[in-house]
Amino acid sequence: MKRKLPNITSKLLPVADVFLLLMIWQTASSAGVIPGFLLPSPLEVSAAFAEDFPLLMDNARVTLLEAFIGLAAGILIGFVTAVLMDCFEWLYRAVYPLIVLTQTVPTVAIAPLLVLWFGYEMLPKVILIVIVTFFPITVSLLDGFRASDKDTISLLRSMGASKAQIFRYVKFPGALGAFFASLRISVSYAVVGAVISEWLGGFSGLGVYMTRVKKAFSFDKMFAVIFLISAISLILMWGVNVLQKVSMPWEEEDR
Amino acid sequence: MAELKVSGITFAYEETPVLKDVNVELHEHELVSILGASGCGKTTLFHIISGLHKPRQGKVMLNGKDITGCPGQISYMMQKDLLLPYRTIQDNVSLPLVLKGESKRKAREKVSLYFEEFGLEGTQKKYPRQLSGGMRQRAALLRTYMFSRDVALLDEPFSALDTLTKSEMHRWYLDVMDKIHLSTLFITHDIDEAILLSDRIYLLTGKPGRVTEEIIIKEPKPRKREFNLTEEFLGYKRRILERL
Ligand SMILES: Nc1ncnc2c1ncn2[C@@H]1O[C@H](COP(=O)(O)OP(=O)(O)OP(=O)(O)O)[C@@H](O)[C@H]1O
Ligand SMILES: [Mg+2]
Repeated sequence: MKRKLPNITSKLLPVADVFLLLMIWQTASSAGVIPGFLLPSPLEVSAAFAEDFPLLMDNARVTLLEAFIGLAAGILIGFVTAVLMDCFEWLYRAVYPLIVLTQTVPTVAIAPLLVLWFGYEMLPKVILIVIVTFFPITVSLLDGFRASDKDTISLLRSMGASKAQIFRYVKFPGALGAFFASLRISVSYAVVGAVISEWLGGFSGLGVYMTRVKKAFSFDKMFAVIFLISAISLILMWGVNVLQKVSMPWEEEDR
Repeated sequence: MAELKVSGITFAYEETPVLKDVNVELHEHELVSILGASGCGKTTLFHIISGLHKPRQGKVMLNGKDITGCPGQISYMMQKDLLLPYRTIQDNVSLPLVLKGESKRKAREKVSLYFEEFGLEGTQKKYPRQLSGGMRQRAALLRTYMFSRDVALLDEPFSALDTLTKSEMHRWYLDVMDKIHLSTLFITHDIDEAILLSDRIYLLTGKPGRVTEEIIIKEPKPRKREFNLTEEFLGYKRRILERL
């Protein structure tokens, strides 16, 4: 077994990695190894970020709003679907293959259709995000519900618990861990989904900004927005971790 | 007055017969053991008494009321402690009350009165995984007791414990029983444990299982710690070993 690194060190390690990579990149750009019009140096990217900061923030707000609405709807629909499929075996058999099928359809292929059907406003974006996020949520919740301990359910039945009570006290809390694992995936899907659907039609948002700077061949701004999107996804994932810690206090390592 | 009367129970899982014409009675304030080899159908019998399984034939009567196949009437502590890992000990113990519709706060108040009696002081806000095996067992027992003060079914409550913890638990249990007057039906495959704790012992043997013997332990309660070293104790043990 490997020796466990102290907590602080293990947390700083990825930061140091990224920093090192940026250093190498900057050095290569300054030395002229990489032509500036193909790949701008990190300093140029930072300058572009600073220059367009207000614009980036305005667009980020739109993208985040779409992502949040889509994710919230995805969670809600995923939750309801999972609960219903857990309650009714026939529904599970009828609907589950259909849900898997929706995942084989490439997102990029349906996004333009959604724009055609629902226009350039927020709706098609939200729908796309729902399609990409509700699947991991549904599947993880359903697996969580189904993996609940049979003996524990018997115990609650012996105490006269109703089906709803068994759900509330056994199945739901038991599925929380799996739910948060899928939520971590879903938040980044939601952000990426929002950006992709903005590429294909819209008036504002980080995806729209991206297509604009691409047309102007402003690679520095292109990279600025790419980094911003990664940063947003990372912050959201961190937010999910915090939420998980708060709502699952029993997982805390405090022996 | 017979509290619990189980008569003529016959049961099979699909085509495998497990129990045949089993009769068991439990009177007020009695502790009765069901002693039998592994796989003879003890847990199955408890599932039937608690109402989780419906018997093919037979009846379960509680205080004169037919409760065959109706769960939610009798306290049942299963073979594993089955404490919910995501609830604190106080919330695990108050679960039966909460299920009956009591508010969380009131249920906590009620159960808190028993933490000392059950040797659980200071564990209210802890999670099950932070407790030792013996304490978890006590918590599960307290939860069972909170469900109902009438009749409790305990399925090998001490079998997962090491010998030292086990004899400590026996002493504690006899002590507590002396105070709380529960009527208990108790599964075990530990002969010493059965003789030490019980007023009566049913031997469940064979396949399908049936009650082949009822043994009355006359030693008065509360029993002394040295009871299991006496000649009477050995006499009971010899008799049981002959029949099993
Ligand atoms: N759900 C089930 N389906 C089919 N057979 C079962 C089921 N549960 C138990 N059995 C079988 O029924 C028999 C009795 O099981 P039971 O669990 O009642 O035994 P037990 O006396 O409690 O044993 P132990 O002392 O090991 O707990 C066993 O042969 C077992 O394999
Ligand atoms: Mg058993």
